Amino acid sequence: MKYIDEFREPELISKTAEEIRRLADPGRHYRMMEVCGGHTHAIYRFGLKGLLPPNIELVHGPGCPVCVLPMGRIDDGLSMAADGNVIFTAFGDMMRVPGTHGSPLEHKARGADIRIVYSPADALKLARANPGRHVMFFAIGFETTAPSTALTLMRAKAEGIRNFSVFCNHVTIIPAIRAILDSPDMRIDAFIGPGHVSTVIGCRPYEWIARHEGKPIVVSGFEPLDVLQSVVMLLRQLQRGEAKVENQYRRVVSWDGNRAALKAMAEVFTLRSYFEWRGMGFISQSALALNDAYADWDAEKRFSIPGIRVTDPKAAQCGEVLKGVLKPAQCKLFGNECTPERPVGALMVSSEGACAAYYLYEHRKNMLVAIPA
Amino acid sequence: MCLAIPGKIISLGDDPAHSALIDVVGVRRRVDVSLVEPDGIGPGDWVLIHVGFAMSKLREQDAIDQLRMLTVLGETEAAMEEVRGYSADVDDPQPKEHSSP
Repeated sequence: MKYIDEFREPELISKTAEEIRRLADPGRHYRMMEVCGGHTHAIYRFGLKGLLPPNIELVHGPGCPVCVLPMGRIDDGLSMAADGNVIFTAFGDMMRVPGTHGSPLEHKARGADIRIVYSPADALKLARANPGRHVMFFAIGFETTAPSTALTLMRAKAEGIRNFSVFCNHVTIIPAIRAILDSPDMRIDAFIGPGHVSTVIGCRPYEWIARHEGKPIVVSGFEPLDVLQSVVMLLRQLQRGEAKVENQYRRVVSWDGNRAALKAMAEVFTLRSYFEWRGMGFISQSALALNDAYADWDAEKRFSIPGIRVTDPKAAQCGEVLKGVLKPAQCKLFGNECTPERPVGALMVSSEGACAAYYLYEHRKNMLVAIPA
Repeated sequence: MCLAIPGKIISLGDDPAHSALIDVVGVRRRVDVSLVEPDGIGPGDWVLIHVGFAMSKLREQDAIDQLRMLTVLGETEAAMEEVRGYSADVDDPQPKEHSSP
């Protein structure tokens, strides 16, 4: 409730929260998963849980690309940076993610040429400007980001830029949702669907969740009112015993997605038969690799990559948190050994990771309450 | 990285790179618009930008609301850092100072 003054339409927020309380059956416990890390961040930042009745539980899903990347892939990426001719490029979010022998930032401090880029197009630009060096772009992200990598590769090919490659770690959201639904320890009643992934893939790919799994899903925007309205839409479906895909974020997301983006992805990528997700294990057909036509730009083909597999520290319970089985604060390392300043697990690194969001907005608040004035 | 930042199209380039000059809270950058070209775009239109690429068109009011939310989420700085980071060639670079939306 603390943040209610900041809301754009406080009356509408109050009315929507009231509607949620009216619709929620007090005899029932609802578990709704917000798939996207952006929603997780917004939910904590705006204190939206405080507006929901206690029998509506929001479960944080796997939709933070930094968080689901296994440590072995970070090590693999960094192994390429050991080649003195290579310029390793990645988004800023990757820089503090721990690898076995330190984060990219720590490797940079030890002399590797590691640079932040804000766009894959800038990595390509760096390759143009440094014809004597090899520029490798460490690509991560869901379908929101994959089209940008695809367009950059199409440009590299069209221009014949050979000193550029992509280490592809793009993942796809649908198989992750499927894995969650197949997981025996998961009981989810409904899904708050990702907003920006859906600008690319549209709403159609979620239809099986409704049709075959009988779970409602509402694609949602990121404003407090968006999230609350999505909860209302889900409750209405659950109350009527319905399961369908609805689009709350119509101002940005179309039913069919962005055809140009999907076309670019189809041109460049192929589905991997399986890929490891941190905390979730191997999920079949859940990630993208460059197809044969782009083999010359595929870092995995141009470099000899060790294919490192690293298990997470035993005490860290990232997997359980990632699947929503545990709340962040229930992990043994939370807040003592693992903090945003010194992250052990990736969920603590990105502001969209459930642990970092919880730490920043809930844990600190509780700490303040705990300390007598 | 998962940020989506609204920006307003100033002018369209006629280069093969499908770029447009876009204003994001006073910072001007070239952004790839090939993914929104099929929707029909022109100067004055708002688009949602992610990692240097326009992802979808926006109505002006929705763009302003989105900018406001970035501010409340404490992500305006990160967003501006990202936008300033796009190392596009701009003929008339704007001052780096910006005001909140």
